[in-house]
Amino acid sequence: MASKQQEVERLVGKKYEHGFVTDIEADTVPPGLDEDVIRHISAKKGEPEFLLEWRLKSYRHWLTMNEPVWAHLKHEPIDYQAISYYSAPKSKDDAPKSLDEVDPKLLETYDKLGIPLHERARLAGVAVDAVFDSVSVATTFKEKLAEAGVIFSSFSEAVKTHPDLVERYLGTVVPYRDNFFATLNSAVFTDGSFVYVPKGVRCPMELSTYFRINAANTGQFERTLIIAEEGSYVSYLEGCTAPMRDENQLHAAVVELVALEDAEIKYSTVQNWYPGDEDGVGGIYNFVTKRGDCRGRNSKISWTQVETGSAITWKYPSCILRGDNSVGEFYSVAVTNNHQQADTGTKMIHIGKNTRSTIVSKGISAGQAQNSYRGLVKMLPTAEGARNYTQCDSLLMGDRCGAHTFPYMEVRNPTAIVEHEATTSKIGEDQLFYCLQRGISEEDAVNMIVNGFCKVVFKELPMEFAVEAQNLLGVTLEGAVG
Amino acid sequence: MLSIKNLHVDIDGTEILKGLDLEIKSGEVHAIMGPNGSGKSTLAQVVAGREDYDVTAGSIELDGADLLELAPEERAREGVFLAFQYPVEIPGVNNVYLLKAALNALRKHQGLTEVDAFEFLTLVKQKMRFMGMDESFLSRGVNEGFSGGEKKRNEILQMLVLEPRLAILDETDSGLDIDALKVVANGVNSLRSSERAIVMVTHYQRLLDYIEPDYVHVLSDGKIARTGDKTLALQLEERGYDWVHQESASA
Repeated sequence: MASKQQEVERLVGKKYEHGFVTDIEADTVPPGLDEDVIRHISAKKGEPEFLLEWRLKSYRHWLTMNEPVWAHLKHEPIDYQAISYYSAPKSKDDAPKSLDEVDPKLLETYDKLGIPLHERARLAGVAVDAVFDSVSVATTFKEKLAEAGVIFSSFSEAVKTHPDLVERYLGTVVPYRDNFFATLNSAVFTDGSFVYVPKGVRCPMELSTYFRINAANTGQFERTLIIAEEGSYVSYLEGCTAPMRDENQLHAAVVELVALEDAEIKYSTVQNWYPGDEDGVGGIYNFVTKRGDCRGRNSKISWTQVETGSAITWKYPSCILRGDNSVGEFYSVAVTNNHQQADTGTKMIHIGKNTRSTIVSKGISAGQAQNSYRGLVKMLPTAEGARNYTQCDSLLMGDRCGAHTFPYMEVRNPTAIVEHEATTSKIGEDQLFYCLQRGISEEDAVNMIVNGFCKVVFKELPMEFAVEAQNLLGVTLEGAVG
Repeated sequence: MLSIKNLHVDIDGTEILKGLDLEIKSGEVHAIMGPNGSGKSTLAQVVAGREDYDVTAGSIELDGADLLELAPEERAREGVFLAFQYPVEIPGVNNVYLLKAALNALRKHQGLTEVDAFEFLTLVKQKMRFMGMDESFLSRGVNEGFSGGEKKRNEILQMLVLEPRLAILDETDSGLDIDALKVVANGVNSLRSSERAIVMVTHYQRLLDYIEPDYVHVLSDGKIARTGDKTLALQLEERGYDWVHQESASA
């Protein structure tokens, strides 16, 4: 009898292991991707029919696509069937059991950034219960937003509470067919943020993912949608200066921004995913599609990013300048050290009359890292009087790293003006010696020089973020010279 | 204070200094003169610790401590200050921020507490007035867009704030008009004290009209060819460097 019971269990267990299980109480689906997995994700999240259909449509299209190969990046092929596409809450089996099992370098970095002890375990992905010391702050925060009529929630929550808005705007900026990674995301995304700012409302505070309760563990296939109605304003902060460790190597997020007439969206990112160890082992592959649509007249979308983490960064936050007189901005600092690779930049698509865009990109490479700026400025025939200004500066530290610039321009309106400036320099030995001669340590000197180089971008960041970003740069580039 | 013995220095395999000896005591002001390429600037850079130069023989001691064993920033914290001939621009780095970092690095080394922003600003504003610099220099980047004269004033400003034990001025007079030269000289003179030594590296006698040296050395072919008092500088002005060169060659 007992053996029969065991036999049954064995068979059940076996089925569980290989096949698909519709038991929605299950936390994790086995690795692999097919339509059943997508149905499972959708069912698990209690999604409306339109969303499931959209996911399936994306998945079917994704099957016809190939991974892009044009980026200046090298990595091992990604086995998409080896990834588990649903695990919430995340399986804690692979997570480190305590901080003792975490890369000591990572811990050292937390120390230098002054991360509180109880936060470190969470950031390092240690299998402990999340600490919600921010709950009370977040509650007050939510009340204030509600008063202003701003909706700020997780994407999953928005699907339940505002399905009409989600249905109306999802995929209108980044269509499900857009690119390999965006299409994959459309099929399998698990969560992210949703923001809706009503007409004429100036969002009373900076919106930060930090305040979104349960924001943890949405990292792998994140989906964010921000809608700014006519005449509204919102500033959104994404990320965290502390290096985040995650057992999922592949990250493919999508962010869509919609700015209607006279609306402004400011989107700031500090990305510091685990870059791998000094030999480049174990870092995150970050393939992100971020795009903003300046849909209305006089609208404005501004991207500011500080990219210091990940083994691979593939990311081009872009603006579609559809409304007349709309403005797009891209301010970027991308730092690569050791074996990190970054291929990042922006696309500015000028459609409306008198549209303006500014691109300021600062790339810093150290160690054996490769850092590429890739940007497209496109002026359509309708873009009467449009203007673009692009400035790309690269700073090299040491002689084993590389900096590359790939600017593309397509101007199809004779009244449009495109300006491009690019510089590449090595961190000046004269500058370094000057600082040393004043008694400043090499570490502080490099920090100072690099921060000076990035200053025009940092001043676009909200104040506290800017200070943290400066510290972060120092820590990232430690030991890069000398 | 500073004792240099038999100093031999190469750069990229070419010998620039060929057995230089120099003794400087506290309270003294020395001028090092010489034609272009005689090794004056090399001497200044080597004392400050520039790594592009190879010291192949000899010693440099500051109050008995072996300077060659110290990194440039350690030498600076021991009180060695170099006013650069061509102060470099560091875009985006605030001029005063750098100076405050320098002063605090020094104070930390001396076991003193760091100055706060208010104390520092009070100090630096006072010194800036003394150097005839307007307050816009507080917010500008290090030497960023400075004229030649402004850069030199800024070097002396740093020196006044850091109060070094050994100040080396590398061609500080070059590129200065007469008014700026007076301001710079005034700044240097205000630092003259029995606890400090000042070394001026210069091509022209002009600076010495305003900062009177105790000793004048003429550098020729990598060595001190002649040492005298300030009248030596006047003689040089009249007779040119060839005179010293020929004399030392025939000696």
